[in-house]
Order: sequence, then structure tokens, then C-alpha cells
Amino acid sequence: MSKSAPRQQIPQDVVDAGLDETIKKLTPEQIAAAVQRVLGPESAARLQVYLDTCVHCGLCAEACHTYLSRDNDPAFAPVAKVKDTLWKLIRRKGLVTGEELRDMARIAFTECGACRRCSMYCPFGIDIAYLIMLVRRICSLLGVVPLYLQDTTNSHAATMNQMWVQGDEWIDTIQWQEEEALGEVKGARIPLEKEGADIMYSVIAPEPKILAQLLNYMAVIFRVAGLDWTMPATDGWDNSNMAMYSGDFEIMGRVERLHWETAARLKVKKVVMGECGHAYRGAVYDGPRWLGWRRPPIPMLHAIEFYYELLKEGRIKIREKFKPRVTVQDPCNTVRGLGLGEKLRYVVDAMCENFTDVSPNREHNYCCMAGGGTINCGPPWKRSRMLSNRVKAEQLAKTGAEICITPCHNCHSGIEDIIGFYDLGMHTRFISEILVQCIEIPEELKA
Amino acid sequence: MSMYEFATGPLVWIGVLAFVLGCIYRLLALIGPVKRDKVIVPYMSWRYSARSVLNWLTPFRTRNMRMRPFFTVYSFLFHICLIATPLFLAAHVAIWSRTWGFGWWSLPGDLANLMTFVVVAAGFFFLLRRIANPAVRYVTGPGDLGLLAVVLAPFVTGLLAYYQVFDYRTVVTIHGWTGAIWLAAIPFTRISHMIFFPLTRGYMGSEFGFRHARDW
Repeated sequence: MSKSAPRQQIPQDVVDAGLDETIKKLTPEQIAAAVQRVLGPESAARLQVYLDTCVHCGLCAEACHTYLSRDNDPAFAPVAKVKDTLWKLIRRKGLVTGEELRDMARIAFTECGACRRCSMYCPFGIDIAYLIMLVRRICSLLGVVPLYLQDTTNSHAATMNQMWVQGDEWIDTIQWQEEEALGEVKGARIPLEKEGADIMYSVIAPEPKILAQLLNYMAVIFRVAGLDWTMPATDGWDNSNMAMYSGDFEIMGRVERLHWETAARLKVKKVVMGECGHAYRGAVYDGPRWLGWRRPPIPMLHAIEFYYELLKEGRIKIREKFKPRVTVQDPCNTVRGLGLGEKLRYVVDAMCENFTDVSPNREHNYCCMAGGGTINCGPPWKRSRMLSNRVKAEQLAKTGAEICITPCHNCHSGIEDIIGFYDLGMHTRFISEILVQCIEIPEELKA
Repeated sequence: MSMYEFATGPLVWIGVLAFVLGCIYRLLALIGPVKRDKVIVPYMSWRYSARSVLNWLTPFRTRNMRMRPFFTVYSFLFHICLIATPLFLAAHVAIWSRTWGFGWWSLPGDLANLMTFVVVAAGFFFLLRRIANPAVRYVTGPGDLGLLAVVLAPFVTGLLAYYQVFDYRTVVTIHGWTGAIWLAAIPFTRISHMIFFPLTRGYMGSEFGFRHARDW
């Protein structure tokens, strides 16, 4: 029955050495061993219950942006992705060929953003993203991971950050951005290694690597708000953690442990996480669970919450609201994963004059199709990724906005890609980019 | 004992026993893994579980239910009638009181009849959806159709018996067998969502609640 379904939408011509070359070295027995390890000892009772409970009703289909974007192609429904991966692996006891495994890796890594929207449409609340993550784990154990994504994991393993930023480059970038901030505000600093500071500010590697200006924006905001903060001069400053999405949980655990140990070494009272969603997820949910901690040892505040508190308490004030029409992207990991939808809107309303909300929004917003490691699968998969999120382009176009505020690095890059691909004539901005434009700098601090 | 007597007597109890023991077995089998678990149980919350289960048991409360009103109506009607009709059917209650000496309130005949028709009609819609909706057809296997047949068979045979189509005693005998198979199948097939629904829903509700978000 299922064979008759059309599958013409599936990208056939993508070349990715991380999948194409690695499968050549595998035997079905090796694949079976990895499958049995992950589906046996590594997965708890939850897997069996999920498999027994799913009634194949397909009610999750319309939750998925890839399904909606690809003209309701049945192969892109969340349950179909599980059918073509896990069900097959279980039915065949892991005895699948390399080619079949490649197809499963394509589904698990490039067609699911692990955004968990489908769990809100499944009547049983089955964690479908978790099932897909099991497939990624199997692929990772076998070395079958999209090359660009595996490179970020390798970078984490070698440098503890995502983009091969070296120790001296990190400090150098911080000092460069401190100078930039001093051009804006008197006494602006990015204090390194300040033991006992109230706040440790965490960023992810793309900031020092390609978006360094974001660091001086934060220096301005911290200075105006008059807060006691610090950043580490050692490794442990990046917790973006692509290993969490490539399925290399051992490295994921190392990255999170070092991040929290660094915060503990600096004896800070709390950690403020920059505008990144999956770094928050890694630090607060996935990392601690892997390490056997119920909660992180030190409270973590996401940037959205942080700005909300600063604005609400009047620690920073808006000089003049941002004029262009803006809309917003609710990142999965901070809105579905942290319930910050209202606070995000408070911040946006406080900063911007013309705000048009997206529909559906908050917990029900569509995924950016960049998170969950999908954008990190790199250029080979970009076209497929764009085709998988036409629904986002349509949703954004309806707002008529010039700017889409994206308080998450993945959303920021992914939506900028969609804007370009579908020619929407808008741009993405982080909250901090708009905030430093609108913030009131007290007379005595003006440089 | 004739086939008819067996099907309306001991077989009923075999079916009920298989259902009860099967459910107990499935839940007991979870105790070991739950004790070893460190990633789910610590995050389960009674409050958020109940919140999620109640929201998902309220018609049109969730966005997905509002997105497909027709499905929501027949799906709720199907499940309510599926459980209530066999429990409160006058002929069934008569069997309980004959065996145990006590019965309970039973449905008026016409209403029970209507409810049985609702189950069969909704089951037909489920079948239609499986065939006509490409996303559902893609994940439909012979097992899914078989399961629908197992669930619907007691209701179809019940109607046949009520209207005395075909030989009454034969139809009732088949009805007894299909009913027993249906009961016994609940804990061991995907109909086990009946017992696992509060657990899976509760877990997802807890995860969302723990994260200050709504899951409906």
C-alpha cells in the first residue's frame, strides 16, 4: 500500500562525502551492531511505549514545515520519516545496506530540524524528534554524518568550540570588540576571567568568528545596565554544541561539562546565554541529562529573558523606538522549549514601533529549518533545505515586514537564507542589533 | 456446553481476564525500565501531566483538533461510544447480573443502537481516511487495517444480532468471539494506546510544563 505513494520530491543528486563515502566501508553486520546498541541498552522504555502507542494516524503530518512546504508529500510527514528509518531498522533488526542507511541519514539529518512541533500535534504526545535523534545516534556511531555537520563536531572535540576558534583568537577578538564598544560608551569593558562576577555571558562560536560586532553590542548593553559580568578567557565559552545534533553524545557531554565547570570556576551567580536557541537547549536540557544532573548547577537566563528583565526593571531605556515594520521568529528551543513567547513580544514591543506578528505564532510557529543541525549540513543540502521551508517564506511574506527579529543564531542564518531564496525583500536582525540602535545612553556614559 | 453458551458465558470472562491481566502485565513490565530511568521519570510532574491529558481529552481544545473539526467530532464520538456502549448495553449488563447477581445502569435500547452505528460509521471514516489521505496511506500497513477490523467486528456483529440478520445464535456466537479477541488485543497491540495515552501524553505535558510552554 505504501509503495504507491509519490516520492518525487526527495533530493536525489546531492553529493555529500560524509554520507556517500562512509557507507562504502560498512557491512550490514556493523550497521546491525550499532542499531542494536542504540535501540537496546541506550534507549529506555520510552522507545517501546512510543512504538506500541503510535497508531499511524498521520495527525502529525501538518505539523511539519517540510510536509507543508513540499506540497503535502507524504514522505515528509513526521511519522513517514520514522517509518522510513526506525520502523525499517527495527523490522530488519538493523540488517540494512549502506545505501539504505544513507537514505535514513538524509532523512534524519537534513529533513528534520528536531523542532518538536509535531509532538504538539500528535494526540499521544510522542516525541518524534527523539525518535529521529535515535537514528542520528546510530548514524553517528557508524560515522555516517553529513560532512559539514561532522566538521563542527570535530571542531568541538579539538577546540571545544564549533568553528575552530583558537585560544589566542578568542582573547584577541574580545579585546578588539572591547575597543569598539569604548568608541560608543565610556568605560565599556568585556571583563575576562573576573572571579565572583554576577554574570557569565555565554556566546557561541559564530560570534567571534563571523559576527564579532555582537560582542561589542553586549558590552554596550551591560555597561548601560551597570551590571557586573565576565567572560572566560579559556575554553568553555562556547556551548553551541553541534555534537548534540550530530549524535555524538560523548562530545556533547564534554562540551557541556566544560561550559558549566568554567562557570563554576568563575564563581558566577548566573549565566546569561546569548541569542542562541540550541546552545540553551544543550546547556539546560540535553547536557545535564547526559551528565546525570537534573538541572544545571548554576541558573541560566536566555538573552530574551535577560533583555526582558532589563527593560521591565528600567535598567535600560529606549531612546527612540525602531521605525521599520518588524516581525518575529519564535525559536523552537526558547519558545516551545522555554515558553519565552510573551517575553519576546514584550521586548519587541518595547523596542519597535511597528510590529506585525506571524501566524501561527508562539509555540505553534513554524521551524526555521536551520536548527537541529540542518543548516550545519552545509551547502550541499541548502537547496533542499530551502524547498523544505516554503511555508516559512509564505508566512513571513504575509506580515509585510522589512525586518524579521530572530533571537537565535540558527533562525537568524536560516531565515536570511529563506529570505534570499524566496526573494522576500527583508532581513533578519538579532534583538541586540536593534537594541543598541535604540538604547538610551546616559549623558555621563556618552563617548 | 454449546458453542453459543460458551461464547456468551466463559468466553466473556476469558476475554475480560485477558484484557485485565494483559494491561497489568504491560504496566508491570514498565517497572524495571522506569526504575533504571534517569532521563524521563525525574521530569514527570503530576500537575503538568494532568494538564496535558485534560487538554487533549477536551474536544477542540488543541490547535490540531480545531484544524480538522470533522475528524475531531467523529474521533471523539468513536472513542466515547466504543467504550460506553459495551459497558452499558442492556444485554451485556444482563450477562453480568446473571453471573454475579448484580448489574448496573444500562443504556436505553435505541440510544445504544445509535451509538453502535456511530462506532461503525466512524470506523468507516477512519478506513476511508487511511485510503484517501496520502499521508495516512503512506504509513498504513496490513496491520493497521487488521486492527480496525478487530475493533469494528464486535460492533458489526452486535448490530447483526440486534436486527437478527442471519441465524441469531450463530451471529451471537461470532459476536462473543470477536468481542473476546478485541478485549485480549487491547494490551498487546497498538490499541494499547488506551493504557499508554496518559503516560506518553503526561510525559510530553511534563516536558513542556517544565519548560514553561503549552503543548496543545
